[in-house]
Amino acid sequence: MASHYEAPIRKPLVEGDKGYHDVTLDIVAPVEGKANKSWWIVFSIALVAFLWGLGAIVYTVSTGIGTWGLNKTVGWAWDITNFVWWVGIGHAGTLISAVLLLFRQKWRMAVNRSAEAMTIFSVIQAGLFPIIHMGRPWLAYWVVPIPNQYGSLWVNFNSPLLWDVFAISTYLSVSLVFWWTGLLPDFAMIRDRAVKPFQKKIYSLLSFGWSGRAKDWQRFEEVSLVLAGLATPLVLSVHTIVSFDFATSVIPGWHTTIFPPYFVAGAIFSGFAMVNTLLIIMRKVSNLEAYITVQHIELMNIVIMITGSIVGCAYITELFMAWYSGVEYEQYAFLNRATGPYAWAYWAMMTCNVFSPQFMWFKRLRTSIMFSFFISIVVNIGMWFERFVIIVTSLHRDYLPSSWTMFSPTFVDISIFIGTIGFFFVLFLLYARTFPVIAQAEVKTILKSSGEKYKKLRDAGLPLYTMPEKAKATKAAKTKKEE
Amino acid sequence: MYTFSKRLKTFALVLMVLGALGMALGLWSAPKTVEQAKSMVASHDTHGETAAHDQAPAHEKQVVIIEGHEVEVGGAAEHESSAEASHSADHDTHLLHQLQNKPWAAIYVAALFALMIALGVLAFYGINRAAQAGWSPLLFRVMEGITAYLLPGGLLLLVILVLTSMHFNHLFVWMDPEVVAHDELIQGKSGFLNVPGFLIRSVIYLGIWIGYQKLSRKLSLAEDHDTTTGSFVKNFRLSAAFLVLFLISESMMSWDWIMSVDPHWFSTLFGWYVFASLFVSGITVIAMVTIYLKSKGLLAEVNDSHIHDLAKFMFGISVFWTYLWFSQFMLIWYSNIPEEVTYFVTRIEDFKVGYFGMVAMNFLLPLLLLMNSDYKRLNWLVVITGIVILVGHYFDVYHMIMPATVGDQASFGLTELAAVAFFAGLFIFVVFTSIASAPISPKNHPLIEESKHFHY
Repeated sequence: MASHYEAPIRKPLVEGDKGYHDVTLDIVAPVEGKANKSWWIVFSIALVAFLWGLGAIVYTVSTGIGTWGLNKTVGWAWDITNFVWWVGIGHAGTLISAVLLLFRQKWRMAVNRSAEAMTIFSVIQAGLFPIIHMGRPWLAYWVVPIPNQYGSLWVNFNSPLLWDVFAISTYLSVSLVFWWTGLLPDFAMIRDRAVKPFQKKIYSLLSFGWSGRAKDWQRFEEVSLVLAGLATPLVLSVHTIVSFDFATSVIPGWHTTIFPPYFVAGAIFSGFAMVNTLLIIMRKVSNLEAYITVQHIELMNIVIMITGSIVGCAYITELFMAWYSGVEYEQYAFLNRATGPYAWAYWAMMTCNVFSPQFMWFKRLRTSIMFSFFISIVVNIGMWFERFVIIVTSLHRDYLPSSWTMFSPTFVDISIFIGTIGFFFVLFLLYARTFPVIAQAEVKTILKSSGEKYKKLRDAGLPLYTMPEKAKATKAAKTKKEE
Repeated sequence: MYTFSKRLKTFALVLMVLGALGMALGLWSAPKTVEQAKSMVASHDTHGETAAHDQAPAHEKQVVIIEGHEVEVGGAAEHESSAEASHSADHDTHLLHQLQNKPWAAIYVAALFALMIALGVLAFYGINRAAQAGWSPLLFRVMEGITAYLLPGGLLLLVILVLTSMHFNHLFVWMDPEVVAHDELIQGKSGFLNVPGFLIRSVIYLGIWIGYQKLSRKLSLAEDHDTTTGSFVKNFRLSAAFLVLFLISESMMSWDWIMSVDPHWFSTLFGWYVFASLFVSGITVIAMVTIYLKSKGLLAEVNDSHIHDLAKFMFGISVFWTYLWFSQFMLIWYSNIPEEVTYFVTRIEDFKVGYFGMVAMNFLLPLLLLMNSDYKRLNWLVVITGIVILVGHYFDVYHMIMPATVGDQASFGLTELAAVAFFAGLFIFVVFTSIASAPISPKNHPLIEESKHFHY
């Protein structure tokens, strides 16, 4: 990122007359200020939903999995759909921070912090589902291969479900470390500005004694690159292994080799949609429009369009190969998806995921904030249906027609899902009030090359910086003259 | 401006002449009758080899056990037991076909690989244009030079495909009405696997790629005399549209030209797997041509950082290729469904060393050689790794085609080498002629200054 030259056709990434101190003030404002009424309203709704979901979880665990809509043919439905949906959403964060860092995309700096926060919060939601589904969550530690005294009780290393345990826990921990590393200088900034001793204490703890010396920065840059290099294969591996849960089986509609990269593309797709949903609101509420600009939203829309098209290409490939394979079970599985009793879900998926992102080819639409928000919601819904279609339609009509059946969720299924959405927003809203939501230290590194203020100064041939004394002197001279 | 040096031109022409002679010799010495084929294999056996030809031929090994479909039997054990007379006659014809295919398959693999390299570069170029990348514009003329190979290379491949559909060889068994008549599975696919459709689609794929290449090149040259960003914007839009068409045409090309040599087998990932292979080969060739031109004192503004970036792509896409190779292999191996697993059974039984050696070459060596950041800036090391990657991916394509067409008779001999030499010569000739035909770096590209100042 050492190249400071930027071609004139590049649009500024920080809009308005923003200097270094302005960045600090703008980003610290939500943390130092007080929550307004609308924050409390939204937070209360999210909290109620979360508590409602918690109640449903307690009910499930105390009564049994029979409270869910599962049956002997469809033994996996709503829970795993939600699990995959949340893991998928948890993809964009590390993609933005790691992959876009490796590709030197400066626009990531305005959105990476929140995207990473979203990653961590949604992976937490995802992790809940397998644990609840165990029925006895207090034995969840049995998925970890630890020596024990129960004789042959040992994890099954051949099972992709176990690989999931490793993949997701590694992903969560690396994402957390990556997120926190980036946060250190920003926490330190809040610490140094804090007036109340309690606040100062908290933020000094959080900032791990960041001193801002050159050596700190050098190590910071190094560790960021190393973590980015580590996180990139991890991003791919997580959803790859989630896809293995299905693709290693012999179930028609599940066993298909395109699953790993196609799941990854789908996860990036849904992750970016969720980032757009969250940030379009946040930029407005927290007055961050100068940093999360329309250009940022446009670029994310383009990513949504590209990944949506890749996912579409995979849908068509699957459909074609089902026919081409000549395997009648495979052919039926896809015929049933498109025309069977769950056809509505299939076509909802197709419309939301393949058709709707194509609107983003039009510049007017992809730079419209309202339309982007609408499409981001549509994509979130579509990606939920994708998992539902893959999981339920492949199971509900299995090899034995006598056991064919339908799945419908109970109120407990739905409550837990709503509860996780509530939990997610509780965490995100708390984050928005206490964390620096934009990586301000990083934004400052691109301010001179990509900030509107400095671009204008450079175009006008003016110096980018004047020494304070000199400025004072000229000011004094001016006032003297006026006198 | 670059001038195509006499020495390199002579080298390319010599390669082409020697290659053409070798290919002609290969085609000429292929057996014409069953007797010749048998005697060829027998003479091989006297060299102390075991009777490898006694194994079932590759196509018959595609054992398909599905209700309602004819069950084909293969394998040495079955072969010896029942219906010996008819079976061994079948087997002999098959052996003849394999040996007749051998020189054709050698030519096909080389022709395909050369075209794939140019196609990979075209995709990389399109992505850089559509993404408005700031680092790469200095390399655009190199990429445009390499993609110029698409026209002659594509036409040559088309000639091979037309000759194949006229039954000059048996590369695609589904083109043989005899085979289809006895094969319900292929009959079920005849809506896709039929000669007119195959050739029409092939022309469409080539049309898309060559069309984009020509148009984009024209706009790129027009840029040099532009005072506005008109051509740049047009090229940007054209590239975005091309990438959509590429996504579709590349997948379908891989089904038509490669996957259908095993007409019973199918894998949804195959198209993207082939893409990874051609993409990494293409980027490698960009790096190698750039380093060559720099060694001639050209492209002075291309600095270490550009080479570093290309090497990062070579490293990254090699890992990505391995990811797709592993995904396809592991899922099929794990599920062990007979229809699918035959593909790897054949490769493991008859091509074990070559097949897994290819994987090691395409994964381990680039991984180890290019892991270190500083190594990505050493031109000689990038070239050496590049050679490894190119040889590795040639053998990737080799193992896509040979097991189904030549089976256990496959080897890497004179004809294979001659085919590689011919297409390498043609590639060098076309690419450097094209590079010499225009200024070596673009002028007036709106991002060219970013590229010149590029520093990692």
